[in-house]
Amino acid sequence: MCLGIPGQIVEITDATRLMAMADISGVRREVSIACVATPDLTDLLGEWALIHVGFAMSLIDADEAEKTLEALRGLGEAQETLEAMADGAAALEGTQ
Amino acid sequence: MRYVEEFRDPVAAKAVLSAIAAVVEEIGATARNPVHIMEICGGHTHAIFRYGLDRLTPKGIEFIHGPGCPVCVLPMSRIDECVEIAERPEVIFCTFGDAMRVPGSAKSLMQAKADGADIRMVYSPLDALEIARRNPDREVVFFGLGFETTTPSTALSIQQAAREALGNFTVFCNHITVPPPIKALLDDPHMILDGFVGPGHVSMVIGTHPYDFIAETYGKPIVVAGFEPLDLLQSVLMVLRQIRDGRAEVENQYARVVPEHGNPVSLAAIADVYEPRPSFEWRGLGEIDASGLRIRAKYAAFDAEEKFGVGYGAGPRSVAEPEGCACGQVMTGRIKPTGCPQYGTGCTPEMPLGALMVSSEGACAAYFQYGATDDHLEAAE
Amino acid sequence: MNMIPPLKPARLRGDRVTMAHGGGGKAMRDLIDEIFTAVFQPPGSEDQARLTAQALGTPGAQLAFTTDSFVVSPPEFPGGDIGKIAVCGTVNDLAVGGATPLWLSAAFIIEEGCEFDLLRRIVASMQAEAEKAGVRIVTGDTKVVERGAADKVFVTTSGIGVIPPGRDMQAARIQPGDVALVNGVLGDHGATILAARGDMALSTDIASDCQSLNTLIDAVLQAAPNTRAARDATRGGVASALNEMAEAAGVQIDIDETALPIRAEVRGMCEVLGLDPLYLANEGTLVIFVPPDEADAARAAMQAHEAGRGATIIGQARTGHAGRVTMTTLFGGQRLVDTLVGEQLPRIC
Repeated sequence: MCLGIPGQIVEITDATRLMAMADISGVRREVSIACVATPDLTDLLGEWALIHVGFAMSLIDADEAEKTLEALRGLGEAQETLEAMADGAAALEGTQ
Repeated sequence: MRYVEEFRDPVAAKAVLSAIAAVVEEIGATARNPVHIMEICGGHTHAIFRYGLDRLTPKGIEFIHGPGCPVCVLPMSRIDECVEIAERPEVIFCTFGDAMRVPGSAKSLMQAKADGADIRMVYSPLDALEIARRNPDREVVFFGLGFETTTPSTALSIQQAAREALGNFTVFCNHITVPPPIKALLDDPHMILDGFVGPGHVSMVIGTHPYDFIAETYGKPIVVAGFEPLDLLQSVLMVLRQIRDGRAEVENQYARVVPEHGNPVSLAAIADVYEPRPSFEWRGLGEIDASGLRIRAKYAAFDAEEKFGVGYGAGPRSVAEPEGCACGQVMTGRIKPTGCPQYGTGCTPEMPLGALMVSSEGACAAYFQYGATDDHLEAAE
Repeated sequence: MNMIPPLKPARLRGDRVTMAHGGGGKAMRDLIDEIFTAVFQPPGSEDQARLTAQALGTPGAQLAFTTDSFVVSPPEFPGGDIGKIAVCGTVNDLAVGGATPLWLSAAFIIEEGCEFDLLRRIVASMQAEAEKAGVRIVTGDTKVVERGAADKVFVTTSGIGVIPPGRDMQAARIQPGDVALVNGVLGDHGATILAARGDMALSTDIASDCQSLNTLIDAVLQAAPNTRAARDATRGGVASALNEMAEAAGVQIDIDETALPIRAEVRGMCEVLGLDPLYLANEGTLVIFVPPDEADAARAAMQAHEAGRGATIIGQARTGHAGRVTMTTLFGGQRLVDTLVGEQLPRIC
């Protein structure tokens, strides 16, 4: 139900049957691109998709991925700020 | 590995964990009075234990393991029906690996294979189609198992079989849907649930709106989550913030993969090939209305239930679960795996009593494999 | 002593094995002579090999003896074949005990219809690997079974070696504090076979890591004379080897997920199929335990050897729960690494 992995579409193998070659970290498998097909299939080349049981089910939105990572990084920065503030407060107490 | 490793960054994890701890404190949740968050999907259960997230998150969070494991919720009688079909000499029975070891009343598919049935593990229904093309004199049956994530691939395969007029390919359809069992759990007065981590890959197909009722009717937050550890942690944080703020909304943490309205091609294929059964039997939850799918009459030629006269559609027989098996209670989050009297004694991965110990997504298997009990694995010393 | 068999004209007819080749008569002699004896050149022509070893005469020396059967399908795959893994597997089983491998036997169960050329390739591969490892194949057997009773060819090899006096490598000697190392990347063989079997229609450039490890182990023992134990991480992967060693030694072993060397393609395949690389089979990977003060020397010695370029420390033994293997995840979490139950099956969920 859940096991899906991002893979890159590297070749259209059968345009009529909507099949393409996906590359997942050097492992290749022919997958159906029926769910993500565009009017011009070559637009899919180089795109990343979520691969599940031999089907590319959804194209991965690079912008959304970046937004998610930024939110995560932001937490990291907030954390660093909090820690820096805590260090600062501790240092102040030390010298007072 | 792109889009995977970035979401496993341990440095970012520390930051999210601190943020989670801070919100848990603001809420005032403790080990004795925790926030109950249900992760619906078995893949999420597996990820939580694989990365040790249960031990890294504060004790004020209790993860309730939901029924989102399609193998676990399958009643034993469905396996018996699979074995019955597979044992016919003309049949090549194709299945995902997940189902091979699940016990039936007499035997599992693995045992049936050892007894001589032609049972083959496949990665995709497309592989089953190819086997059908290459073996025109045999009947190829594909075990259609899974929630909405997997349903479109079976539907598209049936459509392809129809285009090719393949006469020897059928699907034994046992596909189920996520929203009905969630509603059943929410209606259960014994369940205490404060929020949900929603199934990311099911949502990739159906979108986020099918969960609106959880927020609007039941007033509980739900965050649709990806499967990498950072996705899970971020989703937990988002659920906690909603609880703290008194909000109940459907949020999408997995927006890079999950479109708000789902995947149109998948949804169209499902609608074309399947229709809901009036009701379907779930292990641990009994009969739930409109929770299972069957193949429409127009594709009857590809319906194994029609061809072999077996299965839910042909007149289901209910088989009692083995004595002492508490799978139903674990699977609906009523008890933890360690709360089952058979856990680790009468039921182990080598000699499983029920599906939750066999399925790689089953809570019991995850606990056992990754040592999630308190005395099975000591805290870092 | 080497007896070079007299040159005979090739008498083997056809291109594949028939039941006649197992009958004990002329056809069988032709098969044995032309395909096996001509290449392995065993000493003498009796049913048994008669061997002497000076080393065995040394007081305190021990004879080491092992056997293994090989049934891998497909019999040929990127990086090797069933014959190569038979020789490597038996050589390695001797070497991890500190033995110098000397002689192998090789028995073949051949399915009716198996092509002679496949057998020729397997035999050539075995001879090449034997020469590389410095061992001789001195005796053997062939049987032919009906179509369907075997999968092309099954190989059983037994091996004899000598453990010099003073060497006592065994898992029971592992103590808390001892350091665990591997000689290179994990899971290549298992991943290769999965891809080669074709059921999952995955293609990849991964090749089996199949190799003899006896000279590598010699190098480690030179640099780290107090090496406690080594084990060949074959079926069940590194996880199973570690569990066996923890059990035998009565220690807990902790490993670090970030330290595990795994090829990107193997990771990719595991992600696609839902497998854990810790449980994938290897055929040229060992797990070795050394005292902490010899760890750096052991690693350096391995890295200087062609079979150990990727050598790295993966964990440590400690007091705790005897027999337990735990892993610190890349997140700093902790999880158990249990022994494999049954077979690892690909999953969708």
